[in-house]
Amino acid sequence: MKTWDAIVIGAGHNGLVNACYLQRAGLDVLVVEKNDWIGGAATSRSLTPGFLYSNCSYVCSLFRPEIMRDLELPRFGLQVISYEGGAVFTRDGDYLANYRDHHAHRREFARFSARDAEAYDRYARDVTRQCRFIQPLLMRTAPDPTSFRPRDIGELIYLGKKFAGLGAAEMADTLRFWTMSISDFLDEHFETDVIKANFALSGIIGTALGPMSPGTAYVLLHHYMGEVDGSVGAWGYARGGMGAVTKALADSFRASGGTIRASAEVEQVLVKNGKARGLVLAGGEEIFGKLVVSNADVKRTFLKLVEEKELPDTFLRRVKNFKMRGSSGKVNIALDSMPEFPALPKDSPCYRGDMHFTDSVERMERGYDDWKAGRWSADPFLDMMMPTMLDPTMAPPGKHFMSCFVQYCPPKVEGRDWTDADRDAFAETVISQIANYSPGFRDRIVHMEVRTPRELEAEVGLTEGNIFQGELTFDQLLFNRPVPGYAQYRSPIDGLYICGSSTHPGGGVMGAPGRNAANEILRDLSQPTKHMSPAHDVI
Amino acid sequence: MPKTAVKPVTEQAIVQPLHSPAQLHFRTLRLDTPFQPRIDAAMKTNDWYDWGGYRAPASLWDEELEYFAIRSQAALFDISPMTKYRIEGPDAESFLNRLTLRDVTKLKTGRVHYTAWCDDEGFVLDDGTLFRLAPNRFRLCCQERHLPWLLDSAIGFDVTVTEETEVVAALALQGPTSFAILREAGFEGVERLKVFDLAEFAHEDGSVTISRTGFTGDLGYELFVETRLALSLWDRLWQAGELRGIRAIGYTALNRARLEAGLIVANADFVTAEHAIRADRVRMPDEIGLGFMVDLEKGHFNGRRAIAEARAKGRLRHVLVGLEIEGNIPAEHAIVYHRKKKEVGLVSAAIWSPMAKRNIALASLERPYGDSITDDLWVEIYAMRELKYERLMKRAKVVQRPFIKLDRRTASPPAEF
Repeated sequence: MKTWDAIVIGAGHNGLVNACYLQRAGLDVLVVEKNDWIGGAATSRSLTPGFLYSNCSYVCSLFRPEIMRDLELPRFGLQVISYEGGAVFTRDGDYLANYRDHHAHRREFARFSARDAEAYDRYARDVTRQCRFIQPLLMRTAPDPTSFRPRDIGELIYLGKKFAGLGAAEMADTLRFWTMSISDFLDEHFETDVIKANFALSGIIGTALGPMSPGTAYVLLHHYMGEVDGSVGAWGYARGGMGAVTKALADSFRASGGTIRASAEVEQVLVKNGKARGLVLAGGEEIFGKLVVSNADVKRTFLKLVEEKELPDTFLRRVKNFKMRGSSGKVNIALDSMPEFPALPKDSPCYRGDMHFTDSVERMERGYDDWKAGRWSADPFLDMMMPTMLDPTMAPPGKHFMSCFVQYCPPKVEGRDWTDADRDAFAETVISQIANYSPGFRDRIVHMEVRTPRELEAEVGLTEGNIFQGELTFDQLLFNRPVPGYAQYRSPIDGLYICGSSTHPGGGVMGAPGRNAANEILRDLSQPTKHMSPAHDVI
Repeated sequence: MPKTAVKPVTEQAIVQPLHSPAQLHFRTLRLDTPFQPRIDAAMKTNDWYDWGGYRAPASLWDEELEYFAIRSQAALFDISPMTKYRIEGPDAESFLNRLTLRDVTKLKTGRVHYTAWCDDEGFVLDDGTLFRLAPNRFRLCCQERHLPWLLDSAIGFDVTVTEETEVVAALALQGPTSFAILREAGFEGVERLKVFDLAEFAHEDGSVTISRTGFTGDLGYELFVETRLALSLWDRLWQAGELRGIRAIGYTALNRARLEAGLIVANADFVTAEHAIRADRVRMPDEIGLGFMVDLEKGHFNGRRAIAEARAKGRLRHVLVGLEIEGNIPAEHAIVYHRKKKEVGLVSAAIWSPMAKRNIALASLERPYGDSITDDLWVEIYAMRELKYERLMKRAKVVQRPFIKLDRRTASPPAEF
């Protein structure tokens, strides 16, 4: 009976990043994936002829360039294309655009407020300063403040030094940033509602908090610290959809000798004498491995795949209490022609960017009120875009794939499970919002895929449909992610590691958790990590 | 935030088929200034650059000869893209006194002064010129944009602050024959303007504000006019200047002249506090040669406490100096060393000065270098010559600014040429 050096559960981007690094270190690695397709939440699916959907994650910025280079992803077809600005439609028939050109951006804001137009530089400076503080922490294992191992002490000193390197005002800003609401933060910079709404969206995406909830300013930072080819904060499309990321990873993995088994759902992690020995697949097949790495979220890993008796009480309790609340849905639409938004001039670059309909922070917060009551937002916040404006590979010429990220959307509807009728009604809420701004929109739809938290959990495996595998609030970050004492990718079970977005530094198609976990595993095995580039310098 | 009810979105289409010109600005990323037709007509090099979102000439016909136009005859340079604020109201003087470093109560109506303003920590937000147009009306001209800062600082003062960059056109007329041209153009009484004086003159059915100011260290004037009168003002000057060698110039030529005059440029020679991403890049006035502006006696102003404390505790870390460098190779962005070994600073701008016949530079040094230690300074110049760096280590001497002092700049009455 074969014993693998390592078995990775789940072929999501972090599982594959982890597997690639382990395989390249000389380990014999198997990745098992429950679906008959790979990619987890970073996939491109053809659900109707001629169209490809990025049907879960849909844009790329956070994915670490160090990983792309280490794993030779360009060689395996990965291309990321920056996209162009975007717009928030206002209810009076106007819109606020975001332009890439600095002066156009200012002039656009000046249409709404002369003051806000000139406030952007200070805002950008403050946010950039905070991003520069966090960015180097992404590719480092969070220190355990209770351990006295030299390495943890060294990392704590590193953190302390970085913090001490900030100016007095910045230090205060950092603490406020990590705890305050995005609404309060924006109130300090801008006076115009639509301009605040324009920025606030980055503070709530994927998070079961409203723009007025403390902690949402950090979520904004989390969305700003990515880059496209050195352009910090920029977002782009993976050419061929987000599946191009995981396809390149899978091809890189196989090219280095790794093995992937799709349609192999894990029933349980085999644990013997407190040590992970392998897996049992649905159907009973046993696979043996010297160690097991789970890309599943922390709840799925420890509450479903491991027997409770194998885990310490406090750990179990903390895993159960880990906040993982679904707050979003996704509607993927195939369009047989280019939709028109008469508010926008026909040659507006906003068609090639992200479009939104929520023109005030207040409206966003009311949308959150619905979520608290267990309902999807009657007036939802949409992050809508057409990657096919820049990517010819996802739809035939003249036709378009439209991706609509929808917030808020609860994991249960008024306490009960979602039904198909709920899902259809949810979709109708979304479509009618778009149709309000785009006459004839419904007639262009040739196919639609609607994903509520129910589908995200059942199909992707994200508990409650939380896209970040756990909320990105300060109580669940750094050495508290996922739970105190287990923030270094290890678990109470020897030989069982976690590498998904439930771990530091969290969600988004970033790859850093998978990479950092590989680093820890190779350390435990006393294997070299020379093939892993350190984080790029932030100078 | 007021808890107004949010109107539910109804099925009625939200449509606005006609787009306003304001919405369509994205089609022109670089604006034209009110003088653009004349500049386009004079443009031969097609050498444009982006000045605050405007299409501005880096050169028009020959950057070297354009420089000599400034120094021998008269050069016309479009400064419309300069950021301009109108500040008016009963408290305008006391507001500006609180905002800026110098004593504004000493700035009489009809006068201009060069000043700067700081954040609460005493770091320079920008430098600029303050024009007192009337007892209660001022114009502040600068490089960067500061409306939120100005509005926040104005809280508690009976004053209005208006951004007027796009509605006020401006020209610099600089050089030895600039006065003669203005007189020729019929601006009666312009001979009475001393350096930093301003006055209003009739033009067409309106008026033009002329100040004896400039960025060249030469005899020169700046003219401000409402945009509708811009072209006729240009033509009036052009016609009057025909026999006195008037030429249109671009920024490259002007930049040489300003360097000879020892003047600094925000975000070229220092980083403005609201744009500095790296916290250690900000500078106090004393660190960029603007310490002379700081008036600690005039009462409270923004940054006063921090500046006084930094002075008392010797916490000023940098100093901006003029350097004279041996040889004739410009040392732009060269590293400055002490004893050829210890890195002590950076050259922010450098040229061979045709007027001084010296190799000059502005540099930021870490104190005590450039301050109490000024000997044995060197700059390392990497001169790219046909795909090879010629590396030169040249001696640098700290010298007084300006690098050139022209009597004609201050002569009163101004000379014919």
